[in-house]
Amino acid sequence: MTDLAQIRNFSIVAHIDHGKSTLADRLIQMTGTVKDRDMQEQLLDSMDIERERGITIKANTVRIDYTARDGQAYVLNLIDTPGHVDFAYEVSRSMRAVEGSLLVVDATQGVEAQTLANVYQAIDADHEIVPVLNKIDLPAAEPDRVREQIEDVIGIDASDAIEISAKTGLGIPDVLEAIVQRLPAPEGRKDAPLKAMLVDSWYDPYLGVVVLIRVMDGTIRKGDRIRMMQTGATYGIDKLAVLKPQMVDIPELGPGEIGILTASIKQVRDTKVGDTITHEKAQAAEPLPGFAPSVPVVFCGLFPVDSADFEDLRGAIEKLALNDASFSHEMETSAALGFGFRCGFLGLLHLEVIRDRLEREYDIDLITTAPSVIYHVYMKDGTMRELHNPADMPDLTHVDHLEEPRIKATILVPDDYLGDVLKLCQDRRGIQLDLTYAGTRAMVVYDLPLNEVVFDFYDRLKSVTKGYASFDYQMEGYRQDNLVKMQILVNEEPVDALSIMVHRDRAETRGRAMVEKLKDLIPRHMFKIPIQAAIGGKVIARETLAALRKDVTAKCYGGDATRKRKLLDKQKAGKKKMRQFGKVEIPQSAFISALKMDS
Amino acid sequence: MPEIWQTAGFGLYIHWPFCQAKCPYCDFNSHVAASIDQTRWGDAYLSEIRRVGADTSGRVLGSVYFGGGTPSLMEAALVSRILETISATWTLANDIEITLEANPTSSEATRFEGYRAAGINRVSVGVQALNDSDLRALGRLHSAAEAQAAVEIAKDTFDHVSFDLIYARQDQTLQEWTVELKKALGIAGDHISLYQLTVEDGTAFGDRLARGRLPGLPDDDLAADLYLVTQEICDAAGFPAYEISNHARPGAESRHNLTYWRGGDYAAIGPGAHGRLTRGGQRIATETHLAPAKWLRAVETAKTGESSRVPVSQSDQFSELLMMGLRIREGVSMTRLERLGGSNGWLKKVSQLQELGLVDATDRSLAVTDRGRPVLNAVLRDLLAG
Repeated sequence: MTDLAQIRNFSIVAHIDHGKSTLADRLIQMTGTVKDRDMQEQLLDSMDIERERGITIKANTVRIDYTARDGQAYVLNLIDTPGHVDFAYEVSRSMRAVEGSLLVVDATQGVEAQTLANVYQAIDADHEIVPVLNKIDLPAAEPDRVREQIEDVIGIDASDAIEISAKTGLGIPDVLEAIVQRLPAPEGRKDAPLKAMLVDSWYDPYLGVVVLIRVMDGTIRKGDRIRMMQTGATYGIDKLAVLKPQMVDIPELGPGEIGILTASIKQVRDTKVGDTITHEKAQAAEPLPGFAPSVPVVFCGLFPVDSADFEDLRGAIEKLALNDASFSHEMETSAALGFGFRCGFLGLLHLEVIRDRLEREYDIDLITTAPSVIYHVYMKDGTMRELHNPADMPDLTHVDHLEEPRIKATILVPDDYLGDVLKLCQDRRGIQLDLTYAGTRAMVVYDLPLNEVVFDFYDRLKSVTKGYASFDYQMEGYRQDNLVKMQILVNEEPVDALSIMVHRDRAETRGRAMVEKLKDLIPRHMFKIPIQAAIGGKVIARETLAALRKDVTAKCYGGDATRKRKLLDKQKAGKKKMRQFGKVEIPQSAFISALKMDS
Repeated sequence: MPEIWQTAGFGLYIHWPFCQAKCPYCDFNSHVAASIDQTRWGDAYLSEIRRVGADTSGRVLGSVYFGGGTPSLMEAALVSRILETISATWTLANDIEITLEANPTSSEATRFEGYRAAGINRVSVGVQALNDSDLRALGRLHSAAEAQAAVEIAKDTFDHVSFDLIYARQDQTLQEWTVELKKALGIAGDHISLYQLTVEDGTAFGDRLARGRLPGLPDDDLAADLYLVTQEICDAAGFPAYEISNHARPGAESRHNLTYWRGGDYAAIGPGAHGRLTRGGQRIATETHLAPAKWLRAVETAKTGESSRVPVSQSDQFSELLMMGLRIREGVSMTRLERLGGSNGWLKKVSQLQELGLVDATDRSLAVTDRGRPVLNAVLRDLLAG
């Protein structure tokens, strides 16, 4: 057991690409935690997708042994937190397990919207915050301007910010010293009844469910019988270890220490993140304050391209769900797309990550339907229903009104692009809440409907600002608005997978854009096809796809028979990539492309 | 009911793989060679005729077709040797059709008399266009005047003369094509083949198209209009279409090609030639070595140019019967389709297509209508997906 005074627990707060993972790597490397020859870039980002996208999804932890300049040996526990807004919940609970944060800001870029969101979480958790200016070796670095910005925008003292280059290793020893000298040691009593926070849990194919804990009070030992205070379940501890970052067994963990345990827990779902772990017998009187559970806010349908892959998809989704309690799924049947799943995600990035993993790790081609949010449908009988899928919209005669989720979006953008950003937000039914300047960068805060953001807002924002804007949001509750379900009819038949919820004032524009797009996306058939957008029974936009007029092989003689027959077989296979809807075949790509807005 | 192979004729296809130049749109097995030893090649053809003759003994030969390449580069003496061996190998039908594809250059036209003497009774002349700039764009080595002269000589020499034109060319208007087609019908013999330009992968045109260097090709609507006007003009001139791209005065349809479309048997020799034969009730597909030198060596040393011989599955036969048979106006026998395709799926598609006015189905036959013909590939995809 390590003495409380010799422990420092911290996390790193940074925007994507500002060097958080590189800094973590340097800390691990310079303290000899991992031998140079075992060093692999960005050690803590373990999933391919994390490394590829330069993001961290799950919290990762490492215990670092460090002998400080005062000659004393310290144990530093780093919990590496996700940087993206979708995983804000994981950030908040990780923050609660540590006492301080390093705020890493790229000295060539300055503070970004994501930095703000995460640093406020650290402030909320009463962290001591050490600002660190990274990439100081680059000619474009402006440490003084960025220091000023940290003080202006975030409102913390940046006068003794540490200047470093995580890439070259410059300044890293100063960071280690600052962790020891400037961050507080944890508090706790080792002889008190056990209180350990369940910080995270994941499924390991060899060990089963692994639980990451932070001991607050008391001592936990291998073999102990423990109780989860929220669920009441009891287990015997099979394994107790610390992460360096590989697992190293340890006989006991005392107050302030962070480690993992395994206890024959079957499913990640059996563990409630934020729960308090105590001893079965000598129980703590009170649990630690809990967390609000993370809830999915964005929903979409995932369908296998080849309906024969449905069972594989089910297996893959169930496996992913084992390790990600924030991801929900239920079976869904679509007339157009067959059997699939309606899945809920913490946000768009979470959606993309899950979809990428299904396609890449499980090799299943997917059709993703338009993302949608949860609407509150108030019925005339006074009840409220949650609407996850536009296809399930109840009959209008029974509906009193609808409410939609709103967000507070914070966008930081160079002022050259401000006009475009304001126009984009206005076009998406935004209400401006604030507009301030920090140097040549503007910070705009908008109240926006989530449904205008879930689909392609971020893509559009990146494109109108040439990638210079940063964006973050938080949920702001529900508000009533004039929302309608718009259906798309292809050849007079409604296509459920193309139904969307839309504001009444924007329905004509959206409907027109969608039918025009579909006219280009659906290949000509042997008959003409009306494509209509409708609200209730009323058509609000219409296009007609002309009939195919010419598709015939000019020459086909005896010597061509084999080759042309094979070509025909190939085309037949190509038809399988289309979805038959009534008499019309719709290519898979159409389901998403039709919804993309050009402005 | 007799089997198809007993009723749809039996023909022999002979592939001559050489050309003076490779045309930029051509994806046939054709090669440019500096000099060709016609005696050695002749010996190889004779050996192959005897081989396939033994394979099809007892059958009555209804047609012979010299295709290529440019068979009019063959010396008349070589054609004569080949035809003598053919008549010694099979019983020939009294009205056998013997066609040779010819290029309309003046030097090749001088061979026509010799071909007639050797037994050729039908030529198909590769005119392709009736204006010089389009001929150059198509990579042709002859002029329009030369081509017309060659057609005139052919008409004086042979019982039956056909020629080919390519339309839907770069920047070709409906009006220009109308004028050109009428002129062509004015000089035609009893048959004309009118092909819409098709850009195939692996050709010079295919490369150019991929690089965006083949502008002015018609869009689908213009291509459809060009096809429709072609049908109207040919009907009015007494050359109705009996196949997608082939028009003839009634009775002058190509017997050899009808064998392909009706699902009959054909033996095929020469490099890269594909045959279909029925032996002991089983339909088989034959193929020969594609590269001319390899084929020649194989014939000389292994005594066979054949590189593959595989049975054609019932479902592939069904596909081929539809794919080939729906090209001709007379259509396909319903009984044969049912025998090969059973009654799963496709029959339901037939009635859907009939509702759309694209096919005409009776108890006896299935045929594509005038409306269905320009979209035959879509009709086939639909029927075969069923």
